[in-house]
Amino acid sequence: MSESPIDSLARATPPALAGRIRGLSDRSIAWLFVSPTILLLLAINIFPLIWTIRLSFTNFAANKPNAEVKWVGLRNYERILTDPDIWQTMQATAHFLFWSLFFQVVIGFTLAWLINRKFRGNDFVTTLIVLPMMLSPAVVGNFWTFLYQPQIGLFNYAVEFLTGIPASSFSMLGSVALAPWAIVIVDTWMWTPFVMLICLAGLRSIPDYIYEAAEVDRASKWRQFWTMTIPMVLPFLMLAVLFRGIENFKMFDLVVQLTGGGPGDTTLLTSIELKREAFEKWRTGYSSAYAIILFVTVFGLASIYVKALNKVKER
Amino acid sequence: MKLHYTATASALALALGAASAAKAEDLTLCWAAWDPANALVELSKDFEAQSGVTMHFEFVPWTNFADRMLNELNSGGQLCDLMIGDSQWIGAGAESGHYVKLNDFFDANGISMDDFVPATVTGYSEWPKGTPNYWALPAFGDVVGWTYRKDWFERPELMAEFKETYGRDLAPPATFAELKDIAQFFQGREIDGKTVYGASIYTERGSEGITMGVMDVLYSFGFNYQNPDQPYDMQGFVNSPGAVAGLEFYKELYDCCTPPGMSNAYMGEGIDAYKSGQVAMQMNFAFTWPGFEVDPNVGGGKTGYLVNPAGPDGLQFAQLGGQGISVVSYSEKQDLALEYIKWFAQQEVQQKWWSMGGYSALRSVVEDPGFAASQPYAQTYLDSMAIVKDFWADPSYATLLQDSQKRFHDFVVAGNGTAQEALDGLVEDWTVTFEDDGKL
Repeated sequence: MSESPIDSLARATPPALAGRIRGLSDRSIAWLFVSPTILLLLAINIFPLIWTIRLSFTNFAANKPNAEVKWVGLRNYERILTDPDIWQTMQATAHFLFWSLFFQVVIGFTLAWLINRKFRGNDFVTTLIVLPMMLSPAVVGNFWTFLYQPQIGLFNYAVEFLTGIPASSFSMLGSVALAPWAIVIVDTWMWTPFVMLICLAGLRSIPDYIYEAAEVDRASKWRQFWTMTIPMVLPFLMLAVLFRGIENFKMFDLVVQLTGGGPGDTTLLTSIELKREAFEKWRTGYSSAYAIILFVTVFGLASIYVKALNKVKER
Repeated sequence: MKLHYTATASALALALGAASAAKAEDLTLCWAAWDPANALVELSKDFEAQSGVTMHFEFVPWTNFADRMLNELNSGGQLCDLMIGDSQWIGAGAESGHYVKLNDFFDANGISMDDFVPATVTGYSEWPKGTPNYWALPAFGDVVGWTYRKDWFERPELMAEFKETYGRDLAPPATFAELKDIAQFFQGREIDGKTVYGASIYTERGSEGITMGVMDVLYSFGFNYQNPDQPYDMQGFVNSPGAVAGLEFYKELYDCCTPPGMSNAYMGEGIDAYKSGQVAMQMNFAFTWPGFEVDPNVGGGKTGYLVNPAGPDGLQFAQLGGQGISVVSYSEKQDLALEYIKWFAQQEVQQKWWSMGGYSALRSVVEDPGFAASQPYAQTYLDSMAIVKDFWADPSYATLLQDSQKRFHDFVVAGNGTAQEALDGLVEDWTVTFEDDGKL
């Protein structure tokens, strides 16, 4: 029997080293292999987190390296949680999050359901639909500012064509009432294809024989849809909502391009406010506390959601 | 063999030495990406030819300029040897040690701040303000002023209609009240088959736009940053009755007389609105004016230039723009950077700077008898620079600026609350900042 490469490598290993390795337990060898990764994670994830927690109890300002850093206790947290402006940004974020997810799920699932039917040009239509999500958010933000322009924007002209409301009589980005919807529309336009693709994967994972069995049992199409299609696609749909929810909670670039947070603070999302506090106002301690509050919020919500997702998958 | 090694090592050392010497003859200048920066690139070719130094430039668009460059300074970055930083950065530049103090250098090289326009020295170079501590050489004088469509103002039918409506001639406005009348007169009017609007003003939310615009008006309505006798005492000054009236005026002007969709407009949007013939008047910094003169739509005598109008009580001020040039303290090429400043401060260089579209702050250039007639906007620039005021140049200016951005945009564009509430809120915000800084 010829010698395998591993055997020959083992034979070539110097006796002293072989002995040393032989002396290690499996557990030690496992630690040896995973420790670089753990160290890396500690350095780039855990250490900054602990450092941020520490900074959140100080008045540290990164642009004033010579200033004395004072321990302020819970003052930063108290200021944030009692600041009505911060609650307004939370509300703006919640509005954006809820409605963009709602429209993306409804439209995304509908598109996936339609695309799932076999028709000529199916692949071409699918490619066409997913185009928006391939674009850079900065580019999308820029060209939608033109589309929303009251004097030359196609969006306003489309509204005029459909409703008779004069194009230059309203400004999607300048109106307090319309701006929150303007950013929802753009995000929906850009990211519905993502939800559609995930739903499509879910729909295509349902075996045909289940529908065939339902046909034999004379189940109506409506009943098939509600008792078979929806429950089987639901885990995929929930995964899409999780991904989009996390992404939209930290939404920044698109909205900065579109409104800069305005008019006033109408579209000032938490991530934009956090960036301003941290890197424009340079209130590092305060913004660290803000970041920790947001982290706990997202972490808590995501944990609850993942538990729900697992329950759905177990059904 | 040993000789061979020695010769090789020597050659290598020479080569490395030459390479590092060549590298040391580079300088990087950081500024905003705008027309004057392009002019400076051209001007600096003379410096390159004289000194053998290769100039590199790092230009960042205005809306990201402060963000990008303050990050660079705060992190002790060595990207920039020379920084043409905004006037409000001077406090932070000096107190945080970002800029090199230039007093000794000026003394050693015969550069006197008395030779520069006083407003630019105070605005761009001094910290603390009013003291002879210099951290920059005035590099580019700038101020907010107005342009107007002279060709429209001179149309007989419009002149007649205006006179009939307002009982006075359609002339460049001397007061803000007159400016609003004119803006209302043009708003929604058909000119040459196109709907035009009254005025373009600053409303941008993200960086500094709406603050620059609002302040440009508020000064002439009686706004003051603080009690002149008690620093950081803002109650009754920031939110004085005059300041409230000024903010209300700005909102009225925004509501009545700007083109649709100008809810987030700054310099670029103003230029576009004016050049495309959308507006009769435009608020903008003086740096934009040379571009209008050569524009096919609004150049060739179609544009007039206007000093910021006076307020209701005759007060007349304008928002200072512009920048000084500083040596970055983290640079390893400070001597070379100082050489550049020495070259730039020369009279003939400053004269050429003006001729290329750069607004020189050197008195011998701007006080030259031929200066006022050298460009159609030269006199307006001179008159405007005589009435300037600037935003806080305090080390915490960025925080103070974001507070005013929020308060002004919330009232003017979003229409939330009253002018009194906006300014009272601003006093509260600024008080917190100064308390955090230990100044109150």
